[in-house]
Amino acid sequence: MTRTQNAMVTGSRGLGSRLLTKLAVAVMGAAALFVAAPHAPAHAQLRATVVGEQYIPLRIAIPDFDGTGPNAAEIARQIGDVVRADLGTSAPFKVLDKAAFIERDVDIAMQPIFGNWTVAGLETQALVVGNVVVNPTTNAMTVQFRLWDIYGQKMQYEAGYEVPTPLNWRRLAHKVADDIFTQLTGDPGYFDSRVVFVSKTPGDEPFKGRLAIMDQDGANAEFLLSGFTSVINPRFSPTDQVILYGAYVPDPRYAGATLLRTYLYDIATGRQEILAEGNGQLDFSARFSPDGKSIVFNRAERGNTDIYKIDLATRKLTRLTSNSAIDVSPSYSPDGKQIVFQSDRGGSKQLYIMNADGSQMVCPRGGGARADACRITFDQPGYSFTDPVWSPRGDWIAFSRQGGGQFVVGVILKDGTSLRVLTDGYQDESPTWSPNGRVIAFERTASRAAGPKLHSIDLTGRNERRLATPRDATNPTWGPVLKME
Amino acid sequence: MRTLSLTALAIAALATAACASNPPPEPAPAPVETAVVTPPVVVPPKPPVVVTPPVPTGPAAGSKADFAVKATDRVYFGYDAYNLDTDSNKSLASQVAWLKQFPSTRVEVQGHADERGTRDYNIALGERRAQAVKSYLVAQGIAETRIQTISFGKDKPMDMGHDEAAWARNRNAYTNVIVEAIS
Repeated sequence: MTRTQNAMVTGSRGLGSRLLTKLAVAVMGAAALFVAAPHAPAHAQLRATVVGEQYIPLRIAIPDFDGTGPNAAEIARQIGDVVRADLGTSAPFKVLDKAAFIERDVDIAMQPIFGNWTVAGLETQALVVGNVVVNPTTNAMTVQFRLWDIYGQKMQYEAGYEVPTPLNWRRLAHKVADDIFTQLTGDPGYFDSRVVFVSKTPGDEPFKGRLAIMDQDGANAEFLLSGFTSVINPRFSPTDQVILYGAYVPDPRYAGATLLRTYLYDIATGRQEILAEGNGQLDFSARFSPDGKSIVFNRAERGNTDIYKIDLATRKLTRLTSNSAIDVSPSYSPDGKQIVFQSDRGGSKQLYIMNADGSQMVCPRGGGARADACRITFDQPGYSFTDPVWSPRGDWIAFSRQGGGQFVVGVILKDGTSLRVLTDGYQDESPTWSPNGRVIAFERTASRAAGPKLHSIDLTGRNERRLATPRDATNPTWGPVLKME
Repeated sequence: MRTLSLTALAIAALATAACASNPPPEPAPAPVETAVVTPPVVVPPKPPVVVTPPVPTGPAAGSKADFAVKATDRVYFGYDAYNLDTDSNKSLASQVAWLKQFPSTRVEVQGHADERGTRDYNIALGERRAQAVKSYLVAQGIAETRIQTISFGKDKPMDMGHDEAAWARNRNAYTNVIVEAIS
């Protein structure tokens, strides 16, 4: 069995050395060198169907992977569970119950018997067959899988990954799920990513909260940083395992006084830096630019909150708004050219868009006049719009809308059209996008007396689910897909 | 990549680690009343036991506790508002008087908001409330350099309730003495 290792083993930080390697060519061994069903050129690649904004879920079967080597059978079963769970919580897929399979033990090297998968009730469109090999000498583990288009009767994709120890099986399963997601939707996957949040102990005052991190599926939850007990607004870099966050800390100059500082924290190296001391102006709600090289944030000074930007390399500070209203919660468009924010400059809290370079713009509803910023939320009397976050895909802006006795999470296009409310909670706020812009995680307080929890929902408004955290949680921020090394 | 740890262990670690946290600041100690009791005299036939009346000793002048007694240390605001009303002005006048009496003191004005609103907006609103108080104190002749401000937004409510009464209490600015007068 030949293994060609991919050479892309540089760059990413903190993942250790060569922990996860994608095999350049997934070679399945001699037995695999059969010719798959004749490729039918007329048959388009299998894709989940999108009608309007809704997926028609693609029916996918994922039997347990085969296992060869020490503990491989158990690991293979768990990998199957994670791949099924990832895709099962994702709107484009309907993961079929493995109890209904006619074939349970499917050999990766064999062409599936298509008729076994198309029977009434099963009607499998996509089949994933995989195996896990643990090397008894080195303990290295390889996972290989093939994705079959059942009705097209052809293999659509195959890939393999190697990790130096089976301990990394969970990430490996997420990588497999990401590959399948990409193959069948055309969008990048998002399962091999992590969410940082503020962990709250029920009964503690809301002020208390510690920084915590978990895999996007809730596994491997743990605290980050032991010293800080009052953390707010963690925000992931869109490019690296680095976060910004605010923390209320004792003022070193005066006992009993408090400062709100802004920190930059590299999760991988543990390196931390104070970006804003908090002892002159009040800086908060910092968020990275799409390239991770600069930061937009709020500065409150003499009762007026405006938006500023700082370049991380040069530390050059630029004031972006100078308005007597409260301008708050800035978020860049993924091309870095515009910023969405919340302002009460018009009398109520609404969302506005400005050019990131501060230049004037002509607003869609401005009658041709030039303006510093364009309001994009209208036509909802009595409602205010807060917490805007631009999707990494650039199309939608997520927000939390306040009114009618509740806060709900929704999305709107940057020209102010196509507003859609996605959730129906008592207080849903702090939306954050999955790295591919398909899923929104948010903080929900379900009732007046309930503690805050994390939830997620697909952009289509389907698949709302709880993101389990060990304790109460606020302020989710979804990080980029982990790099391979 | 982090070394894989079992979820159960991670949760256990969360549970134990979460117990360690800094104590919250303050609250101001209540004024202490010291009662001086003369021990009973054993030998008769002297007069019966004499108890001297308690001598009230208030908080030390210029202390944080003194401020809490002599001044109204918290002012309240309307929903989504940061303007000072006549009640607030009366409270702040008492703060001004105390601050003028003890010119070596320093205060931190903390702005707070109720829970209806997002975190960011409420931090900005709390800052406006703190600044409104600071502006008043400065206008009344208190040196700006003696006053610092902080906003806790909605995250540090004095009332943990979730009704109108609690929200009204939580929309406030609290003047916290951080340097006491040394006597």
